[in-house]
Amino acid sequence: MSLASTQKKSFGAVLWDYLTTVDHKKLGNMYIVAGAFFFILGGIEALVIRIQLMKPENDFISAGLYNEMITMHGTTMIFFAAMPILLGLMNAIMPLQIGARDVAFPFLNSLGFWLFLFGGIMLNLSWFLGGAPDAGWTAYTPLSTQSPGHGVDFYVMGLQLSGAGTLIGGINFLVTIVTMRGPGMTYMRMPLFTWTTFIASILILFAFPALTVGLFLLMFDRMFGSAFFDVALGGNSIIWQHLFWIFGHPEVYILILPAFGIFSEIFPVFSKKRLFGYSSMVFATFMIAFLGFMVWAHHMLTVGLGPVANSIFAVATMAIAVPTGIKIFNWLATMWGGSIRINSAMLWSLAFIPSFTIGGMTGVMLATATADYQYHDTYFVIGHFHYVIVGGTLFGILAGLHYWWPKLFGKVLHEGMGKIAFWIFFIGFHLTFFVQHFLGLMGMPRRYWVFLENQGLDTGNLVSTIGAFLMTIGTIIFIINIVYTSIKGEKASADPWGTGRTLEWAVSSPPPEYNFKKLPLVRGLDAYWIEKMDGNDKMTPAEPLVDIHMPNGSILPVTMTIGFFIASFGFIYQVDNKSWLALVFIGFAIALGSMLIRSLKDDHGYHIHKEDLEREAD
Amino acid sequence: MSQDHSLNLKNSHEDPAKATMEGKNKFLGLWFFLGGETVLFASFFATYLSLRESTAGGPTSQELFGLELVFIMTVLLLTSSLTSVYAIYHMKNNNFKKMQLWFGITALLGIAFLACEIYEFAHYIIEYEFTFRSSAFGSAFYTLVGFHGGHVVFGLSWLISLMVRNAKRGLSLYNAPKYNTFAIYWHFIDVVWVFIFTVVYLMGMVS
Amino acid sequence: MSRWMGKLKVFVLLSFAALVLSACGKENLTALDPKGYGAQDAMNIMVLSIIVMVSVFIIVMLIYTIVLIRFRQKKGQEDYIPKQVEGNHTLEIVWTAIPILLVLVLAVPTVISVFDLADTTEASSSVNVEVTGNQYWWHFNYEGEEIQTSQDLYIPVNQKVYLDIQSSDVIHSFWVPTISGKIDANPENVNTMFIEAYEEGVYWGKCAELCGPSHSLMDFKVVVVSQEEFDAWVEDMKNVDAEEVPQDAVAQEGKELFEANNCMACHAIGSSPVATGPNLTNYANRTSIAGILEPSKENMVEWLMDPESIKPGNKMTGNYPSLSEDEASSIAEYLMQLDHSETTPDSAGN
Repeated sequence: MSLASTQKKSFGAVLWDYLTTVDHKKLGNMYIVAGAFFFILGGIEALVIRIQLMKPENDFISAGLYNEMITMHGTTMIFFAAMPILLGLMNAIMPLQIGARDVAFPFLNSLGFWLFLFGGIMLNLSWFLGGAPDAGWTAYTPLSTQSPGHGVDFYVMGLQLSGAGTLIGGINFLVTIVTMRGPGMTYMRMPLFTWTTFIASILILFAFPALTVGLFLLMFDRMFGSAFFDVALGGNSIIWQHLFWIFGHPEVYILILPAFGIFSEIFPVFSKKRLFGYSSMVFATFMIAFLGFMVWAHHMLTVGLGPVANSIFAVATMAIAVPTGIKIFNWLATMWGGSIRINSAMLWSLAFIPSFTIGGMTGVMLATATADYQYHDTYFVIGHFHYVIVGGTLFGILAGLHYWWPKLFGKVLHEGMGKIAFWIFFIGFHLTFFVQHFLGLMGMPRRYWVFLENQGLDTGNLVSTIGAFLMTIGTIIFIINIVYTSIKGEKASADPWGTGRTLEWAVSSPPPEYNFKKLPLVRGLDAYWIEKMDGNDKMTPAEPLVDIHMPNGSILPVTMTIGFFIASFGFIYQVDNKSWLALVFIGFAIALGSMLIRSLKDDHGYHIHKEDLEREAD
Repeated sequence: MSQDHSLNLKNSHEDPAKATMEGKNKFLGLWFFLGGETVLFASFFATYLSLRESTAGGPTSQELFGLELVFIMTVLLLTSSLTSVYAIYHMKNNNFKKMQLWFGITALLGIAFLACEIYEFAHYIIEYEFTFRSSAFGSAFYTLVGFHGGHVVFGLSWLISLMVRNAKRGLSLYNAPKYNTFAIYWHFIDVVWVFIFTVVYLMGMVS
Repeated sequence: MSRWMGKLKVFVLLSFAALVLSACGKENLTALDPKGYGAQDAMNIMVLSIIVMVSVFIIVMLIYTIVLIRFRQKKGQEDYIPKQVEGNHTLEIVWTAIPILLVLVLAVPTVISVFDLADTTEASSSVNVEVTGNQYWWHFNYEGEEIQTSQDLYIPVNQKVYLDIQSSDVIHSFWVPTISGKIDANPENVNTMFIEAYEEGVYWGKCAELCGPSHSLMDFKVVVVSQEEFDAWVEDMKNVDAEEVPQDAVAQEGKELFEANNCMACHAIGSSPVATGPNLTNYANRTSIAGILEPSKENMVEWLMDPESIKPGNKMTGNYPSLSEDEASSIAEYLMQLDHSETTPDSAGN
């Protein structure tokens, strides 16, 4: 394998390269591109929902299709847009930040990606195979066990596949951060984005298995006649809600903590100032993650768990405001006294502070159980969590994409378009979701296909729909920006912002496949900044130039995933006709066969020789 | 990260399972994985506990469970855990033959456990018509115990393929971590069984 | 000049008031204009939490604005490197301690009211109603009174009424925003909640948990009347004669068609426990047809002829022979004459 192949590769070769790659940077980009695709799907679904709710008693789409839309919008955005894009950024950036050449398990990294992608494809194939799931993204039983057709089956299998992928990704990041940190990179020198990656991975590790179990129970009830949620046979449908939210609440922090990490990178860089209160930021992140496991039942305050449980979960939930508040003030203090430059990445970050503060405030309001009896399952909740997930996670993703785009793709996004897209999207966002808080309190429950005339809900809904269109326009401009930049954008230098502080800015944009020719010596927090302040333009190497060990690419992750994908179809359709069970066996044979090959075939990787490295420019 | 890939154990005084970066990663990765597995089984246990009285008129745990067979199964699995400890002990002493021997015994004990479990399930189904679909209790019982059984099956196939693959090659820094991770996994399965024995069978017989 | 200013002032004030009022939503539907025990409790907590939260927000935005005005990079300062501050323990303790205090301010009243709202000690001496959520309608069974009715829940004003809520199929959630917060109707257990309305009137109720295609069309009403009117209503409802033959010929024909088409298999009139479909007792005084249509004969005919187009996924579609317009009209006439009580929604508020 040569390093930089100058000759143009055929399409087939490029495709094969992407199918077999185990390079964390390529996989990161693949996560981002796939996530962006699903984001567009989820966005179209959102727009359809808002068009339907543009006026009272609208009949733009039917009730059944509407329920499919809301289910697919939620599921797609959470599992197949927000999470993969964050996982993509983690994949691409985190190893660079800790001075590593790769992740701990490159092969599993690839397997995680393919499982996610095929899970998403599986879920969306339901549109063409008899209808999408329609029981809401929370799939509450017994509505989801009674839902006719195969929609919910696709939900179950799609999430099971991608959930396994995410779990693998989480374990991979954890091991990477524990064992692969470069020379001098102690835990308390790790950039905040790496810290939040670490803590979000812990959340993934302990939260996703609960969803796995919930999905198994739902799968067994729907496909094999078990009685977990069948009240007539002694089942209990509340079990699903517990399992779902034991996963689901940490999931919220899986989505927001990495975004916190991104902002903690951007504010210092564009304020030219060290992150204020680094250790309290790390501590606050741990606190949020820890408390995140103690509060799942605040999604269930109206289930009838009793006053004791409701009080405990209400107070525990309010407590999360404390570490989150610490973070907000630390970010402000980071900028205080700094020298602030405002570009697109910074705009998204700055917009995050008021938006997320509102989302956090309504979060505390929701925690006050008595008032939650009013807020629960209304548009107030919709307003709240979009302020958190759009105003927090999505703003974080967009800030991170603008910030790291040069590192990911080698080019700087166009500033002018970036700013226009930001303002349109930002205004649209507040128009869409601010008014929804009031709609909820005015008596509009969530997941309403139509609202009736003369109930005072018309204006608010119209405003909300107009906002949704503005957000669409903003997104389209961002996409145009990406296309324009790919064609016309200038090649970025290693440190295009000039004030980069962390290790990823010490390597070229995009970095070579081995990341660091010589592993850098880390002398403190903001390792690259320290070198710059000492007048060095490069990191001090921690090792002489030696052969670099690299992992081999492999097609096995793809074949394994396809095996499980085929087996999933078998599971879904064996309900109609037992002969479909053949697919289950074929699928498992392919998947387990691939595993066996992986396990039994020795794979020692290969070396890039130092003679080749010397020929490479710095 | 450049490594000596002669993978010769003779010159190494370290634990062969953790001598390489790959070995360390595998070791740590497995521990994290078991953390996730703990949540998985905890969720199954919680589900089982909330549904164990929900027999919907079908057989109850008191009518079904007998202690003799489950006791034998417990002894089999606990012993297999012990034999895998011997195997790892021999691995650390670089005695490949003895390691294979003890792992072979481990596999036989695992197969015996599995045979008992299959017999147990068949007994419930034939004698009591107590199935996965009988009641919420039935679903929860077969799912919890069945998932454990599935883990045993997976562990056995893993062990046997490792033993067959390396039978003629001997021990190396490349395959030592694989044996080691298997052994940890096997202990985990054993611990889960102890909980099943207590929560499902003992508690099911008294209450 | 000053008069003109005065007029403008009045105009501005009035339009502002109108805006605020309209922002509150529809009377007897909105939670922002509470007229009941639970809703008032919730409102008190909301006001408290909004005061706390808005003050926090103002502080954050104040610092934010100062930062953005004072600390922008100035021209000619491109090379300026600010002091790299690590942190400040005093400050960090301050912004940890103050939020803890604020959380306590919110937590204490919340916990008190949660326990207060869950108190069921007065249940035995109050009106108890068994509420059952169904796809997509609500059934009310007055415990100990042999009264069954659907969709319109009659309760006396200023009295705690205890609701034992459950579901016959999937999970629903019982919500009357202006009177009280919501609680889920689960298939496996009964949830008890009390509601108490402070004013007579007809209040909108909504289902708040996704329950299928017609989730958004599962509206019901709570009719709050005076104690005397309520007592009269109870008397009337207890003495309904389901076999009573209507006066005019069309309605008589309607009754025959109602029986011939086996409508009674699902719909009871009187205190029969049959509750596969909504109980039709006192149907003439219903505030709506199928929960959402204005109560008129035309709407009734439309509903009977094609319920699927009005409430997708309802359980009535296809379970009876298709009706001609004349037949539907006769049945409608019969149902609209089922007037069993003097206490009607119009009594509320008079």
